[in-house]
Amino acid sequence: MKRPERIAAAAFSVAIAAALALFVAYVQGSGPQAEGVLLALALGGVGVGLLVWATRLMPHIRDETQPRKKTTPATEADRESAVETVEAGVDEIKRRRFLSRLLVGAAGALGLAALIPIRSLGRSPGDSLFRTKWTSGARLVTSDGTPVTSSTLEIGSFITVFPEGHEGSSDSQAVLIRVAPDQLQLPPERGAGAPDGLVAYSKICTHAGCPLGLYLAATHELRCPCHQSTFDVLDSARPVYGPAPRPLPQLPIEIDGAGGLRATGDFTDPVGPSFWEEA
Amino acid sequence: MIVRRLVDGVDERLDGTSFIKRNLRKVFPDHWSFMLGELALYSFALLLLTGTFLSLFFVASPAETVYRGPYAPLQGREVSLAYDSVLRISFEVRAGLVMRQTHHWSALVFVAAMTAHLVRVFFTGAFRKPRELSWIIGVTLLVLGIGAGFTGYSLPDDLLSGTGLRIIYSAVLSIPVIGTWLAYLFFGGEFPSAELIPRLFVMHILLIPALIVGALSAHLALVWHQTHTQFRPQGTPEESVTGTPVWPKFALKSVGLAFMTFAVLTGLGGLVQINPIWLYGPFLPYSAPSPAQPDFYAGWLEGLLRLWPNWEFHAFGHTIGELFLPAVVVPGIIFTALALWPFIEARVTRDTAMHHDAQRPREVPVRAGVGAAGIAFFVLLMLAGSNDVLAKYLQVEVDTLNGVLKVLLFVVPVLVFAITWWICRDLRARDAAPIARPARVEFRRNAAGGFDESHDGAGPGAGPGEPVAARPADREDP
Ligand code: FES
Repeated sequence: MKRPERIAAAAFSVAIAAALALFVAYVQGSGPQAEGVLLALALGGVGVGLLVWATRLMPHIRDETQPRKKTTPATEADRESAVETVEAGVDEIKRRRFLSRLLVGAAGALGLAALIPIRSLGRSPGDSLFRTKWTSGARLVTSDGTPVTSSTLEIGSFITVFPEGHEGSSDSQAVLIRVAPDQLQLPPERGAGAPDGLVAYSKICTHAGCPLGLYLAATHELRCPCHQSTFDVLDSARPVYGPAPRPLPQLPIEIDGAGGLRATGDFTDPVGPSFWEEA
Repeated sequence: MIVRRLVDGVDERLDGTSFIKRNLRKVFPDHWSFMLGELALYSFALLLLTGTFLSLFFVASPAETVYRGPYAPLQGREVSLAYDSVLRISFEVRAGLVMRQTHHWSALVFVAAMTAHLVRVFFTGAFRKPRELSWIIGVTLLVLGIGAGFTGYSLPDDLLSGTGLRIIYSAVLSIPVIGTWLAYLFFGGEFPSAELIPRLFVMHILLIPALIVGALSAHLALVWHQTHTQFRPQGTPEESVTGTPVWPKFALKSVGLAFMTFAVLTGLGGLVQINPIWLYGPFLPYSAPSPAQPDFYAGWLEGLLRLWPNWEFHAFGHTIGELFLPAVVVPGIIFTALALWPFIEARVTRDTAMHHDAQRPREVPVRAGVGAAGIAFFVLLMLAGSNDVLAKYLQVEVDTLNGVLKVLLFVVPVLVFAITWWICRDLRARDAAPIARPARVEFRRNAAGGFDESHDGAGPGAGPGEPVAARPADREDP
């Protein structure tokens, strides 16, 4: 046997052995590593065998040179007659003016009718992007439904909150942060919504909608994990770095008689990334 | 015997003998770089095989269930049926994890091979007339491949995939006038809607693969019909192809390559963990993993998002969101320009001739420069797409890194263009005027016993006398 032939034979033998071993591995449930390796050996054995066979054992027919097929029409006259055929057909159709116009109309109407099933694909946006599940009086709870009170948070810490009954809701998620009350620099009309240094903002980044995950207590900044937009918590969550264009909407809250936290209304602005209908 | 019957049968019905014979003898030019397209083709074949297997187990539903499988850390967690079924494929279906990981690796190799193939075709000018349509279909296939990858990546309903989807939703939302409606129709409502996973599933296993198969068939048919471009061997006429006949050598080699591709991909699928969704956890709308990177083919888009300035436009009570430019307009322009490149180049160079020869990159320095600059641009964007990881690795602030990257993004491509252009021009000039061969000098002993010198064998060589060739050995003689 010639050397390449021995190599190819060995490769095919490896393929056979590996494929059989794969049976055993499968029956015994040997796990992905063994299965992957044996599959690779079985397939690779066939591959190597074929490649060696083709490149080293097949007679090296000297490269052959063949004419390329013509890709252009043979003659100018041919093209001319093709153009004429098409145009003659168009003329024939156009001859019935009234009918051909009606046909265009019908096609257009059908196109419009196709919008009907498309319309079924989703509900109308309406004002759904302008509001969330927060209403005046809604109690702030954690993701497992535990009510949040004014003593839940130390200064410098933060927590994710939801309106009671809507735990886990995507558009209503908010971060509640406690800072030293005298540090907050909210405009007067917003200050009342942040009692005792407790301030709540929408948790949805105004850039592309990722949930904000990181609160840098030292600099009082919220940072988005997706593209690093950074918001200044003390200053109405103004974006101070990154691609986010707008501040995080604030959720106005109050401390009720029992020390629990409640919203006094919805967010100050639509939450999340900007959209056309937004001013 | 069987072959005989088959050929007879085809011939009687389709008048096909000459067709069969012609195509079996058809030659394919051989060059290692022609393998890249085949690589893409075979990884797609494996995608279909492994994907069919996976689709039999995947449950495309966001409905909640409690995980009770063997993976202890998640036991008792509320997860979606989709996530649950992917965990089942990974831990309970025998050989399921190999299939799943092989599928994911195949997807990465599919897109990577298409990209490499596109780069090869670009630099060798193989897209020129009459092959523009092949090129456009090729670019379409790349876009479809990325779409297939993205929809697949988003199906398991894990924390990481949810983040990617949310960004796409936000990008659609940013489109002027129709953005909100488009997002609601496409995603079935405000993100995350219950419609989403079933829709992604239909796109991933039906719509996009069907489009890919259609486009791929057209692509291959065109290559078969129009033949490959090639680096023409010396002495063969322009209107000809030189290479290995399809049957049997080329066929065997190609099938061998297919098996090698499968082998590497299944090996990766068994040995190299990819997308371990059990570590990311199920999707929760209020949490995002950090750091999070998408699959490599979306890295440059991610980079664009990270570096783009926070511009937003307000007018007449309406807003054009920040994402519209980097996530919709710029990628749109890039892919359109890429698809139209053959026409752009033909317009600029006023070249409307047919071309069947592949070019060496140096033959068109400007194109080579543009290509190299483009690659540099994408590499920088991909780096920007993982700026948080990179910053940690380099121990610099992300802000500093971003600043540097923004500058580099403008400077480096220009530099790369200039350098590539200059090198190519230099190489081309050298090809055109190769270093002159040293002149041949002949010495003849003359009647007086001295030597006459003549250049290039001309001159006295024609006359009588004994010519003594000036071989080096003669000269060195002491
Ligand atoms: S989504 Fe927050 S920075 Fe992009």
